[in-house]
Amino acid sequence: MKLREISELLNAKVRCGEDRLDEDHETAFASDLMSDVLTLGDYNPVILTGLCNMQTIRTCEMGNLDIIVLVRRKKATEEMIEEAEDEGMVVMESDFSMFKACGLLFKAGMLPIF
Amino acid sequence: MHLEYQVYEADFVNAGAASSAIKKTLKQLNISPQIVKRVVVALYEAEVNAIAHAYGGMIYADIEPDKIILKVEDKGPGIPDIDWAMQEGNSTASPEVRNMGFGAGMGLPNIQKNVDKLNVTSTVGVGTTVEMEVNFT
Repeated sequence: MKLREISELLNAKVRCGEDRLDEDHETAFASDLMSDVLTLGDYNPVILTGLCNMQTIRTCEMGNLDIIVLVRRKKATEEMIEEAEDEGMVVMESDFSMFKACGLLFKAGMLPIF
Repeated sequence: MHLEYQVYEADFVNAGAASSAIKKTLKQLNISPQIVKRVVVALYEAEVNAIAHAYGGMIYADIEPDKIILKVEDKGPGIPDIDWAMQEGNSTASPEVRNMGFGAGMGLPNIQKNVDKLNVTSTVGVGTTVEMEVNFT
């Protein structure tokens, strides 16, 4: 699924990485726990999380994960966006709950990694 | 190549800065992305531990031709039961640490999964030292 379609499905505002919206991604992973996010091995799924602070960006940087969807009306700070831009990440913000966001993506064909 | 970084207690804003710097260095040295990821995931967990659970400390990295040797040395309070701390799910994290997305008792187990050698030593009242090695091949 193209990142653009993900942003439309989730009614999400793209905060950075607009130039990557035509990229295709097949898998997603959702967690508020950053230690979980660090267990994903070589996969690079779209990350859905309600955790919204610098550690969200840093954790994704360490895990080579570069597409982040913040859910539950969370808004990234300017500092987070600056860091994400430096790392070439895509960051989106959706007002939907984690359950709704995951459900919509799953229904539209996004796959889990396990 | 020898690198050193200081980390400070409860300095969550900068947590990961040392791991990020080492990641950039390893990438410049053309180490494979899979190996770099294992190194930085382990180091990041250890760095967060030193900031979240300890009174800060030092991170030492020695990059050799065939491996990286990492040492995270904190200033206490120490771990009374290392075997307990190594088990997934066991944690003494504060609510503040949990708010940062950590503290589920996965740090040390995560480190163990990503390194080739791990040695954790601790003296209550003195501090904890986490030594890790990751081979490049």
